[in-house]
Amino acid sequence: MALLPWPYLRLDISAAINIKLKMSFTAAASYTAAVKRPVEPVGPYFLAHATRTLKGHSWSEYEQIEASKNVVNVEERDADEDLFDAEISDPELLSHDPRDWKSCDLYAALGLSKLRVNATPDQIVKAHRKAVLQHHPDKKSSAGGNLDQDGFFKIIQKAFETLLDPVKRRQFDSVDESAEVAPPANKCATEEEFYAAWAPVFVAESRFSNKQPAPQLGDSNSTKEEVESFYKFWNNLDSWRSFEWLDEDVPDDTSNRDHKRYIEKKNNNSRKKKKNDDNKRLSDLVKRAQAEDPRIKKFKEDEKAEKARKKWEREAGSRKAEEEAKAKAEAEAKAKAEAEALAKAEKENQKKSKEAAKNAKKKNKRTIRGAAKDNEYFGDAGQQSVIDADIDLLIESFDDVLLAEVAGKLKDAKADTAKQIFIDAGAQQLAAGKVSSLSYFK
Amino acid sequence: MATIGIAFGNSSTSFATIKDGKIDVIANPDGERFISSALSYVDGDEYHGQQALAQLVRNPRSTIVNFRDFIGVPFTDINDEYSKYAAHPVEFNGKVGYEINGNKLSIDEIVKRHLKQIKNAAEDYLGQSIESTVITVPTNFTETQKENLVKIAADAGLKVSQLINEPSAALLAHLSNKEQLLEDKLYVVADFGGIRSDAAVVAVRGGIMTLLATEHSTKLGGAELDQSLIDFFAADFQKKFKADAKKTEKSYSKLSAAATITKKTLSNVQTANVSVDSLSDGFDYMSSINRLRFELVGRKVFSEMTQFIESLVKKAGLETLDIESVLLVGGTSNIPKVANTLALVFPESTEIYAPAIDSKLPNPNELNCRGAAIQASLIAGFDAEEIKESLEPVVVNTEHIQAPIGIKDAEGKFTTILPRETAYPIKKSISFTAASDNVEIEFYEGKRSIKETVVEPEQYSDDEEDEEEEEPEVIREVEYVPGTLLGKMVLKGAESGKKVDVIVQIDRDGKMRLTGRSGDVVVKGEVSQA
Repeated sequence: MALLPWPYLRLDISAAINIKLKMSFTAAASYTAAVKRPVEPVGPYFLAHATRTLKGHSWSEYEQIEASKNVVNVEERDADEDLFDAEISDPELLSHDPRDWKSCDLYAALGLSKLRVNATPDQIVKAHRKAVLQHHPDKKSSAGGNLDQDGFFKIIQKAFETLLDPVKRRQFDSVDESAEVAPPANKCATEEEFYAAWAPVFVAESRFSNKQPAPQLGDSNSTKEEVESFYKFWNNLDSWRSFEWLDEDVPDDTSNRDHKRYIEKKNNNSRKKKKNDDNKRLSDLVKRAQAEDPRIKKFKEDEKAEKARKKWEREAGSRKAEEEAKAKAEAEAKAKAEAEALAKAEKENQKKSKEAAKNAKKKNKRTIRGAAKDNEYFGDAGQQSVIDADIDLLIESFDDVLLAEVAGKLKDAKADTAKQIFIDAGAQQLAAGKVSSLSYFK
Repeated sequence: MATIGIAFGNSSTSFATIKDGKIDVIANPDGERFISSALSYVDGDEYHGQQALAQLVRNPRSTIVNFRDFIGVPFTDINDEYSKYAAHPVEFNGKVGYEINGNKLSIDEIVKRHLKQIKNAAEDYLGQSIESTVITVPTNFTETQKENLVKIAADAGLKVSQLINEPSAALLAHLSNKEQLLEDKLYVVADFGGIRSDAAVVAVRGGIMTLLATEHSTKLGGAELDQSLIDFFAADFQKKFKADAKKTEKSYSKLSAAATITKKTLSNVQTANVSVDSLSDGFDYMSSINRLRFELVGRKVFSEMTQFIESLVKKAGLETLDIESVLLVGGTSNIPKVANTLALVFPESTEIYAPAIDSKLPNPNELNCRGAAIQASLIAGFDAEEIKESLEPVVVNTEHIQAPIGIKDAEGKFTTILPRETAYPIKKSISFTAASDNVEIEFYEGKRSIKETVVEPEQYSDDEEDEEEEEPEVIREVEYVPGTLLGKMVLKGAESGKKVDVIVQIDRDGKMRLTGRSGDVVVKGEVSQA
């Protein structure tokens, strides 16, 4: 539809109000009454109208329904086609001797090398049709090939016959080497590597199980039960694998019955032997996997840890008493050491105070002795020796308290007050009878 | 299993089917695509189509023509003018019948035999049995006539799933062919047949057609033009040989057959010969006539056709100016003069769809059966019950708006969104470019007005002394101008230059929902019906 220019907005009053309100529709009038007329019941749009009216759909509902209807169905492509091989996977097959068709990869011949044992009969038929279209001798000859070059076509036909027959197909599947997945040659270094390497092995082996689906390896999240049931299953695998396919051809020569029987017997024995070998192979395989399975190791370790934990719990009572005794002994030793330390400190303190007292005494004595000299012997320098003798006498007579007292008094005393102090002290000592006589301080 | 559409006419019947999406108009074993609706019984043999028509000369009384309109009509009401030179209708249990070789045959039996021939031809062609069919009927076919026709067809082994009106069938075929079904236009469908003419004004709205008026004439058609030619040739013959070409029934039939062929030839070429051996009194007649002569001879008929269409348009309450397209249907529409005279009635802007104007168009005679075939294939997937249900009045009778609804554009002109006579429920949207960031949309009902433009006559510079002053020509055009304002809408933040969608939707109850949208900005409103 053509895009037409649009009028500029004229801001009349009502419009301005509407803009403010953001409510921007105003109805002005009703439209002219309609007239009822029959419409012509023809054409696609009438049918649409009729459907809408009869089903009571609103316009948009109808549009929705129609839209869902009008989906263009793109031609359905056969999903199987993608699963088939685009080309023959093994070019050698084309020149393979058709007489030796049993040794061919029959799945590859039909282009089913991706599907193999999983191919349904339907898919086999389809793949065969496709292969025939491509490799029919007529087609080859029309492209200029020799009509005798139909070896691969014969193989295709044989493959088709074999794979459509369920019994023969099992026989072929039993010995289909291409479907086998070899276990890793060495022990896997990491857990992830183990799962990556072994899972396909078991997927491949699963095809032989009579019980389907067979349990698969799983991963590190698998529970113990899963892992255990997995190994249990695989250790007791019920396998349909058989080895008839590898039989030596039995001659249908009726003349030599003995030879025929001999061959049959030989075949039977070889089948049995191969089956035994295969059982052994599988059991070894499973054992190896089990031995290398990191989960089994983990489960064992977990079990050990669990045991240890349980034992620990069991022994919990005796361990508690022991702990208590030990704590008691420790507390005692601690208390003893503390007491010793305290006594020692006290002793030292005493010693210190004694020394301090001694020092104070010495200091006081010195002060007292010094007092006469400091005060120029109170003016009686001639009597120096007398004064000193008196002072010595007094000092001798003073006890510690008195000594400190006198020293304290003398410390800042003047000459006369100092003399008086000595005199007072002398008198006091005389009176107490501590000094017999004093020559100067009388 | 196939479905076919049949256009059953008085003079010819044609039928078509859809094969791989293509409409195929089927020819009968004689190679005729327009099979003459004629049956003839001669010496115990039944002749059909052109072969029967050829018997008109020798065995007129055992040849039945122009019988379709007699279906389900009392004998007293019929106009047997066109059976004058063929088997005469007689009364048969109050209805029409024919007496052929002493046996009385009812009209129902005749129609049945005719339809059986058609059915056999179709099945021969398709190689499979016919499951269902759609037959076209004139708009004035009564319910009784329709019931009769369905019953007769059933007797003939044809299951009629629907009877549809001829103009709608023709228009459906035309529009489907042109892929114009969704273009809203006002059509005149003019069907000029052999012995009657029908026309209808049809509004095409959203792919749905509505008949606004119909007009019928049983005195207008190809037979009238044949008659003019017969009279002209007879006069010429009289002049040349002094013999009356219309003296006997046989000579009349001979001349009539020749005149028909000449008329048809003149649609394609400028000059045609007419040649009748032993026309009358043993004289052979040979002459030639050119198209211009023919147009002059048939002048009266052509002008009647014009009047016929004009009266139809008037009946619809319209002027020819209102008609946007004219579709010519029917064998007679092949004549170039028909298209040319009608073109003069309508304004230049009106498109005329006729082979004389656009040679690529399908034969106008095929349109009815093509439309029927389309309809037949459309309803092939429905069962009878569903088809019956969709023809109920509750579905078919629909409300139609009477004035166009639209908006005012940048120049103040009315832009139609829903034209008048649009049936609802309907939803339609148009897109514009916003010229500013905020846009105001005004919804209007359109008002019809006539615009007159005066075109000055061209000035001739040559020396011709044409004293007459040419009058200035006035060109009249219908245009719609904004009438009643229904509502105003403001789209704020529409962003200049961006697309603005305007949606008008009318639901079943007549409630009109208006929506303006530009990107995320959406404004809605409702307007009710008066």
